[in-house]
Amino acid sequence: MNVKNIQRINLPLTKEDVLSLHAGDIVLINGLIVTGRDRVHNFLFNKKPSKKQIPFNLEGTILYHCGPIIRKTGKDFKLIAGGPTTSIRVEMYEHQIISEYGIRGVMGKGGMGEQTLNALKENGCVYLHTIGGAGVYLADRVKRIVDVWKLEEFGVTEAMWMFEVENFPAIVTMDAHGRSLHEGIEKKSYNEFKRLIGL
Amino acid sequence: MMNLRDAIVELYKKAATSLPSDIEAALRYAYPKEEKKSNARVALSAILENIRIAKETQRPMCQDTGVPVFFIKVPVGISHLELKSAIIGATRIATEKIPLRANAVDILTDKNSGDNTGIGFPVLYFEETKGKKITIDLMLKGSGCENAGQLYKLPVEELKAERDLEGVRKCVLDTIYKAQGKGCPPYIIGVGIGASKDQVTKLAKEQLLRRIEDKNKHEVLSELEKRLLRDINQLGIGPLGLGGKTTAIGVKVGVNHRHPASYFVDVSVCCWADRRARLTWKM
Repeated sequence: MNVKNIQRINLPLTKEDVLSLHAGDIVLINGLIVTGRDRVHNFLFNKKPSKKQIPFNLEGTILYHCGPIIRKTGKDFKLIAGGPTTSIRVEMYEHQIISEYGIRGVMGKGGMGEQTLNALKENGCVYLHTIGGAGVYLADRVKRIVDVWKLEEFGVTEAMWMFEVENFPAIVTMDAHGRSLHEGIEKKSYNEFKRLIGL
Repeated sequence: MMNLRDAIVELYKKAATSLPSDIEAALRYAYPKEEKKSNARVALSAILENIRIAKETQRPMCQDTGVPVFFIKVPVGISHLELKSAIIGATRIATEKIPLRANAVDILTDKNSGDNTGIGFPVLYFEETKGKKITIDLMLKGSGCENAGQLYKLPVEELKAERDLEGVRKCVLDTIYKAQGKGCPPYIIGVGIGASKDQVTKLAKEQLLRRIEDKNKHEVLSELEKRLLRDINQLGIGPLGLGGKTTAIGVKVGVNHRHPASYFVDVSVCCWADRRARLTWKM
């Protein structure tokens, strides 16, 4: 990666760690993260399992919007490709998951909306944008698959996987101080759009 | 049709693990145009590195191996049913062997079929041809970008879009403005215009089979394609929506005749990972 102001971050993150991050920072993530996409979000939001009912400690971790390709050989799981999925689909759920489970980062692609931005600020959490479509590039930064939850019920794509990652790259695009790079880009593009269509 | 089935498995592998040369060239061309140390460059350099690794290690470049969409041209006298069965068989093998992500989910039970086959899955479009060869175009259409597509029924008052090509231009810009970075730009955009909803959505997707350098045979559409590409790249959305000059690398427009009362426009958005591949098969 051709980079500028990079910082390594180690999980689990504390609130102080999160407050030191700002929109525009590039980070390399190290430690244990969990995946969750549409079904995990729907489940956590509607069924509200207690922290004890979830086999992973979500405090301080990053919830990665990802539905990986994983191959099972014997008892082992091998990650083939694991880039991000579009985050906005879980916008209606994310604010509650951030406040209930103590996660300190949400990672995906495309950015999220106002509800999530507020929840990031209220709870001390960041949104990390990683490289959409870079399935193998990112899979190569996952050292190992630690465990999985809800595999039978949700299937490989929708299960919650725990990955140990090493120097996994992402850009902070929404921070805990209420700043969102997406808002700025959207606003600018809206003005340009209006000009181009003569509105 | 055993051999054809194996050839279709290979077609899947080619599509999933390597990008067409025109798409990769357009992404390479875009990189130096972005500002040094910009997020756009960070994104493009990771994308280019990803393309290289996927090809070298023969792994799918993106974990979303999409909805397989087949456009098949069949010589007179060849059974469509037999071809369909070869494709279904190849899809099951390819899912296991490459592997592809299993993406076919039952609407009623929410169960994933596990092998990328199901009702209307993969998507198959057959057309008879006078030629002697079977031509199979396969597109692995990721769903992040598929979700970014839009269908319009002109006129659209809030866009001041009337029933003409200028109205079409406004629709395309509206789609891309709304998509922002959600569907993994730089985008390739297919547009279909015509009489009925089902037909224009297919026509729009079919435009995505055209290579970047392919020039529209209608001069007026060729000009529209060029103008749209320039306009879209003024929006500043940039690679992955992180800001920058390259929001799209291609726009392709196709037209059918329309009904006097209807003017449908479908805009199909494709991510930078525009995975398409072609197989020609002599019977």
